[in-house]
Amino acid sequence: MTHWDELIIVIAIGVLVSVLGFWASRWRRADLNHLEEWGLGGRRFGTIVTWFLLGGDLYTAYTFVAVPGVVFALGAYGLFALPYTIIIYPLVFLTMPRLWQVSRNKGYITGSDYVRDRFDSRFFALLIALTGIVATMPYIALQIFGIKLVLANIGISPEVALVIAFAVLAVFTFVSGLRAPALIAIVKDGLIWLVVIVAIIYIPYKLGGFGNIFHKVEQAAAIAPKLKAKPDVLQGSLFNAYSSIALGSALALFLYPHSLTGVFSASGQRVIRRNASFLPAYSFLLGVIGLFGFMAIAAGIKPSKAFGNNSAIADLFQKMFPSWFTGVAFAAIAVGALVPAAIMSIAAANLFSRNIWREYVHPAMSRREEATVSKVVSLLVKVGALAFVLALPTTDIINYQTAGGVWMINALPALVVSLYVKRLNVWALVAGWAGGMALGTYALFQEKFATSLHDFGFGGKIYIGFAAIIVNLVIVIAGSAVAAMAGRSTEGNLTEADYQPPAEAEADTYRTASVPPLVPGSA
Amino acid sequence: MPEPPDSDGRGRWARLLLIIPFVALLFPTLYAHAEPRLAGIPFFIWYQFLWVILGVGITGLVYALSRGSDRP
Repeated sequence: MTHWDELIIVIAIGVLVSVLGFWASRWRRADLNHLEEWGLGGRRFGTIVTWFLLGGDLYTAYTFVAVPGVVFALGAYGLFALPYTIIIYPLVFLTMPRLWQVSRNKGYITGSDYVRDRFDSRFFALLIALTGIVATMPYIALQIFGIKLVLANIGISPEVALVIAFAVLAVFTFVSGLRAPALIAIVKDGLIWLVVIVAIIYIPYKLGGFGNIFHKVEQAAAIAPKLKAKPDVLQGSLFNAYSSIALGSALALFLYPHSLTGVFSASGQRVIRRNASFLPAYSFLLGVIGLFGFMAIAAGIKPSKAFGNNSAIADLFQKMFPSWFTGVAFAAIAVGALVPAAIMSIAAANLFSRNIWREYVHPAMSRREEATVSKVVSLLVKVGALAFVLALPTTDIINYQTAGGVWMINALPALVVSLYVKRLNVWALVAGWAGGMALGTYALFQEKFATSLHDFGFGGKIYIGFAAIIVNLVIVIAGSAVAAMAGRSTEGNLTEADYQPPAEAEADTYRTASVPPLVPGSA
Repeated sequence: MPEPPDSDGRGRWARLLLIIPFVALLFPTLYAHAEPRLAGIPFFIWYQFLWVILGVGITGLVYALSRGSDRP
């Protein structure tokens, strides 16, 4: 059965968003044949645009589907999204302004650009770039999965619609670069806030209040067999799993290429610090969305055949809302998928053009060629992700993305520890990366890639990425200490001055957040 | 307005406040209880929502205190 009113609303909002995406190329007009403009919006985004951009970038459609899905399947454990997205911001507040400053000073577009200079090692930069690309690809695919879920719920065959949606997305990203998702993020976030605020009032009202919702959840948990219970309070056996996945996910999130793209596009350290203070508004939103998982239990939703527990939120909306508002909610999820998918593809493309193509294939390329390579690769990345979704069963992609987080966390020493610790040795970092990747991948194999939790023999089940980063850091510390004693610390090409804001005159230019416009053709 | 001369030091010490959310959230034994409930919501859940707000407060406070040392 096709819900026509839902479909019409989704199409209308989709058209609006596409127009915005193309129009974005004229917004804050500059030469888009320069990678800093196409890929980072000229590093000119102030506090408010960055708030929308990072909010739209980090809180993806897949997150909005998966978090209530996990709560629906496992109960309280799924709420680890809350501590995860709370403790991440002190970390961002402390570390990202410094990474932003050195990148601004030295013109870095990607995290790997920084790694290359910090360690004077294009090999290590390549490892970090590949880690980022491999972790990002399934993440993009899952955004498509979010759209697919919506389309299937509306009752149309998703394949053709997906291809159309992605073709439009690919073309406006190609044309407008990071400006497109930055503008669309404003629409996305507006829709999501609207839907969530309405839903958190309306659905509990229909279900007889929060007291009744949790009463029903507790009743269901009490009669369920022990392993199938979905309690509303975390069980003691999962305490370590809960803390380690919250901390591990927080350590990994800002290492992802798309997160760094969002950070680098800010116009100043101050913008990042302010956002570290105000972005948790989205964490509140995500927590509320997590509660929809409990509401789905209370409303008697059953897992769907095609999408399993991940259909909980869509089925709940379908059951509770009048169909026109379900259309608005579905449009919010679909648009919510486009923003991160665009930024992720830009970030992966920049890694390819800067840290693979320029480094290993065509070192002499001009800035214009560099931007063109990024644009083309951003198209290919989306085609690849779409092929992924159409070819592979969804559970495989979700498992692959679970692995992505475990792999990504191993970039922590390269991208964050190296900001503060001078006496590191690059081969110790390579060894730490390899050790963390090996342990993480081994544990994932043991779990058949179906979960990111594993029992390593102490403290019960813990997050595999957390174990991986411990092993990684131990190797980095031991190896670097030995190297330092032998006088073999890797000095690299950076000095402390490179991490500091330039002197007064230039600092004033930053304050007004205006980087001198690039003269067209000067590249 | 000229920055107070000790703003650098104060900003640095203020950063220690950022440890508080980690302590409050990474030990679920502190808050994995059903009671006391708030409007029917178990303590485990509303406590974490409360910490979103407290976290904003703490980061915002550290930002305000360290603004002197936070040049551009």
